[in-house]
Amino acid sequence: MTDATLAEGPARPQSALRRLMRRKLALLGFAIIAIVTLGAIFAPWIAPFEPQEQMFDGLTLEGSPMPPGEKFWLGTDLLGRDLFSRILYGARTSLIIGVVANGLALIIGTLIGVTAGYFRGWIGAVLMRFTDLMMAFPALLLAICLAAIFTPSLWIVAMVIALVNWVQTARVVFTETSALAEREFVAAERTLGAGTLRILFRHILPHLVPMIIVWGTLGISTTVLLEATLSYLGVGVQPPTPSWGNIIFENQTYFQAAPWLVFIPGAAILLLALSFNLVGDALRDVLDPTQRGRE
Amino acid sequence: MLAYLIRRLIQAALILLGVSFITFFLLFVLPADPVRQIAGRSATPETVANIRHQLGLDQPFIVQYWHYLTGLVQGDMGRSYLQKTEVATLIAARLPATLLLMLGAIVAELIMGLTLGIVAAIRRGGALDQSLMITSFVAVSAPQFVVGLLLLYVFAVKLSWFPIGGYGSFSNLVLPALTLGIMGSGWYSRMMRSSMIDVLRSDYIRTARAKGLRRFRVLALHAMPNAILPIIAMIGIDIGIFMSGIVVVESVFGWPGIGQLAWQAIQRVDIPIIMGVTLVSACAIVLGNLLADLITPFIDPRIKLR
Repeated sequence: MTDATLAEGPARPQSALRRLMRRKLALLGFAIIAIVTLGAIFAPWIAPFEPQEQMFDGLTLEGSPMPPGEKFWLGTDLLGRDLFSRILYGARTSLIIGVVANGLALIIGTLIGVTAGYFRGWIGAVLMRFTDLMMAFPALLLAICLAAIFTPSLWIVAMVIALVNWVQTARVVFTETSALAEREFVAAERTLGAGTLRILFRHILPHLVPMIIVWGTLGISTTVLLEATLSYLGVGVQPPTPSWGNIIFENQTYFQAAPWLVFIPGAAILLLALSFNLVGDALRDVLDPTQRGRE
Repeated sequence: MLAYLIRRLIQAALILLGVSFITFFLLFVLPADPVRQIAGRSATPETVANIRHQLGLDQPFIVQYWHYLTGLVQGDMGRSYLQKTEVATLIAARLPATLLLMLGAIVAELIMGLTLGIVAAIRRGGALDQSLMITSFVAVSAPQFVVGLLLLYVFAVKLSWFPIGGYGSFSNLVLPALTLGIMGSGWYSRMMRSSMIDVLRSDYIRTARAKGLRRFRVLALHAMPNAILPIIAMIGIDIGIFMSGIVVVESVFGWPGIGQLAWQAIQRVDIPIIMGVTLVSACAIVLGNLLADLITPFIDPRIKLR
């Protein structure tokens, strides 16, 4: 019965959190994200070896990488470096890019969407036509071209991904803002003499927050996958900085003989992207009133 | 309808114009020098200057762009810097392979996605439903190159059911098409599930059951066709998503399509090819979206085109 009464009003943070806690899959996602984050933060203390260190006993006598074992838990790569240590440091790359690139994309998307949706007129038309234009770009080709223009470093890759990924957010925010701008309470505020900035920040943005949280979480998953793909193609984060994508890029020629070098980082990418998707999906169910009761 | 179509086509042309301008600009400011790639390392400054002049690369940006655009309108996409062939010819030679791959991917994602979605909707709330929905999340979250390498490793290297790469027969197509289609199958299974659940709740299904029709008949003849229709409209949108996927999938499997053409061209700074493939992809994306919008009112007459 409590659920039915709660469903009436807008999602209140407390009840939203309580409903979120009841979802096992979202909790699993949370747990994985927490483990990866802790691993990334404490990588220097957890990692058994230096990620860059090419160890003499890291290769077999024939010069092949070592399979997972007692000393090297996840084996070693083609240069005799410890894979577990590289995966730990690679988590830093994925998370930094996931958070920074996606944060940037959200900011760009929200700014463009809110401006276009609130002001309409020619500003709105120009901004939304530009968004349509961006939608027509093959995203990966655009990202590769951009990455080739700026020699890729960690931050450049984050920027490139943000430049490609803001479009979806802009479209969703635009639709929502133009609906909000039509509502009575905004008209009332305007009649009362409230300035544009006050209306935007006090009345429009707070309504957008739940949606931005949902898109922000789901977007990290897209970002993590795009970074991995760019690095796998060799135009993302450059070696020796380890990233899960470029670990696969460096070792894929050898993958028939040493499949762990491809599938362990691959599983790491999948798990992280999956976790953000699970949490984002649960957040959408909990925060978006139109989705409620559709389980 | 006709007015709508004309308006959309004009919009599409404008979007393609914008895409061509932005791409041309990005490639113009690219620090990598295509002339160096053509002339080789040992070329004298005179040779380099000569080639630059021949290709018209010493002219200002706007002149170069105008030149390209006027050629494009007449169906001339320029010549590849390194392969000395018309870009249009190169793309035309590669396009059938890419279209075949996409067709395979659409078939794969529809078969997997719709089946999973229907089963999940029928078993709604049960353990099977839950595990299928987790599977769909995994499909959506899996990086395509990892899926491709995994399928290669298991089905080509270990089991030898399919060839490792290559092109030409059905068995070559299976693994690349599955790889390209897996992500879409995740989305389709989720959409199909909710579409099917909506249909199963509707009055005409209740009527059909009340008439005493068999459960299978109700599901197969009354519910499924209506639940599938809205999903068919999404295929147009898939084309855009595939346009990114083909670069990765074709490079993993050595599939001779336009994705691989673009990827090789990017590595060699062969600008006319990059331009050409980007424009062809953008064309496909725009037309795909248009197609999706055009199909919708036929499927659901309540939706009117504006």
